[in-house]
Amino acid sequence: MGRAILWAAGVLVAIFLLAPIVAIVPLSFSAGSFLFYPLPGLSLRWYQDFFSSDFWLPALWNSLGIGAAAAVVATALGTPAAFGLWRAGGALRSVAMGIVLAPMVVPVIVVAVALLLAFGPIGLVATHAGLVIAHAALGAPFVVVTVLASLEGFDPVQLRAAAACGAGPLRAFFRVCLPQIAPGVAAGAVFAFATSLDEVVVALFISGPAQRTLPRQMFSGLNDQISLTTAAAAGMLVAFSVLLLLAVTWLQARGRRRAGG
Amino acid sequence: MRRRAGAALLIAPLLLFLLLTFVAPIGAFLWRAASDHEVGPVLPRTVAALATWDGTTVPGEDTFAALVADLREARARDRETGAGLIPRAAARLNSDRPGFRGLLPATARRAEAPFEGSARDALLAISEEWSQVETWGAIRRAGGPLSSFHLLTALDLRQDAAGGISAAPPDEAVFRAVLLRSLWISLLVTAVCLALGWPLAWLIATAGGRASTLLLGAVMLPFWISLVVRTAAWMVLLQREGVVNAALKGAGLIETPLPLMLNRFAVVLAMVHILLPFMVLPLVATFRALDPRLPRAAASLGAAPWRAFLRVTLPLCLPGVGAGCLLVFIQALGFYVTPALLGGPNDQMLAWFVGFYATRSVNWGLAAALSLVLLVAVGLCVAVYGRLAGFRRPGAA
Amino acid sequence: MFRRDVLKGAVAAAAALPAAAQAQGRDLTVVSWGGAYQDAQREVFFRPFQQQTRSRLLEETWDGGIGVLRSRLASGANTWDVVQVESEELLIGADEGLFEPMDWAAIGGRDAYIPQAYNEHGVGAILYSFVIAYDRARMAQGPANWTEFFDTARFPGKRGLRKGPKTTLEIALMADGVAPDQVYAVLGTAAGVDRAFRRLETVKGDLAWWERGAQPPQWLAAGEVALTNAYNGRISAANATDGRNFAIVWANNLYTLDSWVIMKGSPNKARALEFLKFAGQPEIQAGLPPRIPYGVTAKGANDRLPAELLPNLPTAPQNLANALQISDRFWLDNLDRLTQRFNTWVSR
Repeated sequence: MGRAILWAAGVLVAIFLLAPIVAIVPLSFSAGSFLFYPLPGLSLRWYQDFFSSDFWLPALWNSLGIGAAAAVVATALGTPAAFGLWRAGGALRSVAMGIVLAPMVVPVIVVAVALLLAFGPIGLVATHAGLVIAHAALGAPFVVVTVLASLEGFDPVQLRAAAACGAGPLRAFFRVCLPQIAPGVAAGAVFAFATSLDEVVVALFISGPAQRTLPRQMFSGLNDQISLTTAAAAGMLVAFSVLLLLAVTWLQARGRRRAGG
Repeated sequence: MRRRAGAALLIAPLLLFLLLTFVAPIGAFLWRAASDHEVGPVLPRTVAALATWDGTTVPGEDTFAALVADLREARARDRETGAGLIPRAAARLNSDRPGFRGLLPATARRAEAPFEGSARDALLAISEEWSQVETWGAIRRAGGPLSSFHLLTALDLRQDAAGGISAAPPDEAVFRAVLLRSLWISLLVTAVCLALGWPLAWLIATAGGRASTLLLGAVMLPFWISLVVRTAAWMVLLQREGVVNAALKGAGLIETPLPLMLNRFAVVLAMVHILLPFMVLPLVATFRALDPRLPRAAASLGAAPWRAFLRVTLPLCLPGVGAGCLLVFIQALGFYVTPALLGGPNDQMLAWFVGFYATRSVNWGLAAALSLVLLVAVGLCVAVYGRLAGFRRPGAA
Repeated sequence: MFRRDVLKGAVAAAAALPAAAQAQGRDLTVVSWGGAYQDAQREVFFRPFQQQTRSRLLEETWDGGIGVLRSRLASGANTWDVVQVESEELLIGADEGLFEPMDWAAIGGRDAYIPQAYNEHGVGAILYSFVIAYDRARMAQGPANWTEFFDTARFPGKRGLRKGPKTTLEIALMADGVAPDQVYAVLGTAAGVDRAFRRLETVKGDLAWWERGAQPPQWLAAGEVALTNAYNGRISAANATDGRNFAIVWANNLYTLDSWVIMKGSPNKARALEFLKFAGQPEIQAGLPPRIPYGVTAKGANDRLPAELLPNLPTAPQNLANALQISDRFWLDNLDRLTQRFNTWVSR
């Protein structure tokens, strides 16, 4: 009896979690122009609209480009830092951890306004570089956390063995450690990419019309009017999210297998 | 030693990057909450003359003369360089005392021409405002370089010319209510997340097999989907000619559509949806680590199920519950996009006001002060949780 | 070795970023009000201009507020070149040095425009009215004036008003029985402002605040509001293009003029003037009213319009008869003060 209630409650909550997404995606394939069911028919016209518009396609490219660049910067900085944090101890570790994790805790509106005022005078507002830097800062903690987690499965004795064989610390890291934690690093990069792909508030404050990203374009579209083209954009973002989720799941499973083997 | 130096070197690039692109900008921004630079450099003589003023009666002729001299000089500089010193000083003073935006430039314009008699008579002829003690109080409060004005404003407090602090008049007081509203919405969202997240997490942790994976997928998928997309989805569901109303109408349950959007209900609903995974995931981890033998042992010793739950299961789960609640509450506190799109004017949280004062009213001091309030609230939550859960001390790991 | 190179490279890259960002020139950015209006502008002005000059023009959308322009310039982060502003924003901004002086010789000369379009810092873009609108599909007979607009017993449901004191306070006074020609005299006194807020307070729960011109027709269509204050052109556009049956009530409409300005320090000033010159030609402007019925400012543009269009324009004599011209002088002096009071009132 109690078990049945638990099942009912759990499944209902799961449905609540999925319902909005399940509701919006089919609408984007509607042949009509209303935002409710039943659909008058299926068509790809809103996706066509998406790809032929002056705004959506550049926004898609901006999102992918800025996300990729931010992920590269965040991963390049975050991976060695995670390794260093793993090796470090004491006050250094806790202070550095505090700073590295801060972007996860500080409300993003504060970051957005602070960056607007800091980037304005040095000409980084309304540039791709400015947005990449901001998104890299927001994504870096995810890289650090993910890589640190995969280092848990790495045996530091191997590093000492490498040192005994005459490898310097850097060489040991690149030759011995990095190959083993590679899935974790890749997962961190995906997290950083997803962070950038999601981010809208900083983009609203510091980007110009040439840096419009998909979420930002959606946000202004929602303020203006919800069209089915917006639903199509949402459909595209959902598809991206599913891909990213699958990628991370695969990478993490691989990482676990490696750590296990 | 060598190992520590190597570790520091590896961390350094990221730390440097974050210091430059994150810590320093935020520090500089927050500093604006306590500093005041718009008026002091423009009206240096006036501010100096007011330094010794008692703030109870209208200042003397020397202060009036100082203001005239300052305004003439600033106006000459504005005309020469287009620096806009007077409009900026006026904007700052206006945020303290409405009317200054017009008063200061008008006074500067009319006091420029030479006049007979005392500066006091000349200024009073331009505007009666100069006979008000609080007009001068505003200039003194804005004199800088440090100032408590923005922080007091963010807490709905005022300082009068004589230095006394009192509550803001009711038709100007708004920020305490906004803070309480933000805390209340966040609390409500956290409570609902906990109530909804518990059974789902329990099921994921205990069902096992395919059911567990599917349910976990139902949590992970929305977790990965953009916040804007999920907010948009709720708009599509809740708007007047949206999915829910159309369905209810189709089923004959209602005749006129229900107002489901632009209210508190929609904001809380969408925030719960967005933040629920942050509750479920730590709970799942906790429940999985839970030894199923313990409650069973309690039961075999004769404890009723609810008693076993209260005495054994719940205490073991508290760290996970705390982590989930903290994650949800902190994030809820800083929400901007969802209330902006789904809420009405009475549902906007602190973050909206930070954005408003930063981009629509050039009042960065107040935006910074409100940010500080927000950060202090977040910091307190982290600290309280650290106390309760007993964070591992640095190095102890 | 390797590490030092990486570090050096990173530092050099970080140092070069801002410089590179500044060096890369920015395309002309034009800012307008979004929705059906900007869609029309895109067809009539933006696209043809890009085709003619073979250069890129970027669009932005805003919803007004002098503070936005002040913030952009003061933060050193302005990326806008040409902005369409409302009349009192033009006066305030010009007074505070937010705009470049208008080079009238470069945009066709003062005589090429109707007299109201002239300002030292801006050129008139359109004439338009705030009107009452409702959906005939939902309400056969709507209110005939602002007093009835506030009559929640006769017309239940939310009513949309523009978020901000401008137009809202005038409407509140007219709803309270003040004649249009007395509105600003009453509003100029503290008691008059209190009276307006008192009138609004009586219906506060039934008000919905729109911020963008595109919202009122959508809200009407979706039934979010039963009645709304709206730009006349947006309502006509919804009728024409979306097949709506919205009613426009012209009684005591509030009319005014929007202008183009060039933001202070714009690096694209020459191209901005080129754009304004292009947009100021009567044969180009005549393309706008058929798409969205606003009055245009180039002399001779009206002569090219079809006769049946003219009664839908704010400039038609019968529509002007009992209209209230929004006083930009009044709002120049009072906008900040009243905005502050309005915001506090509305968020409570």
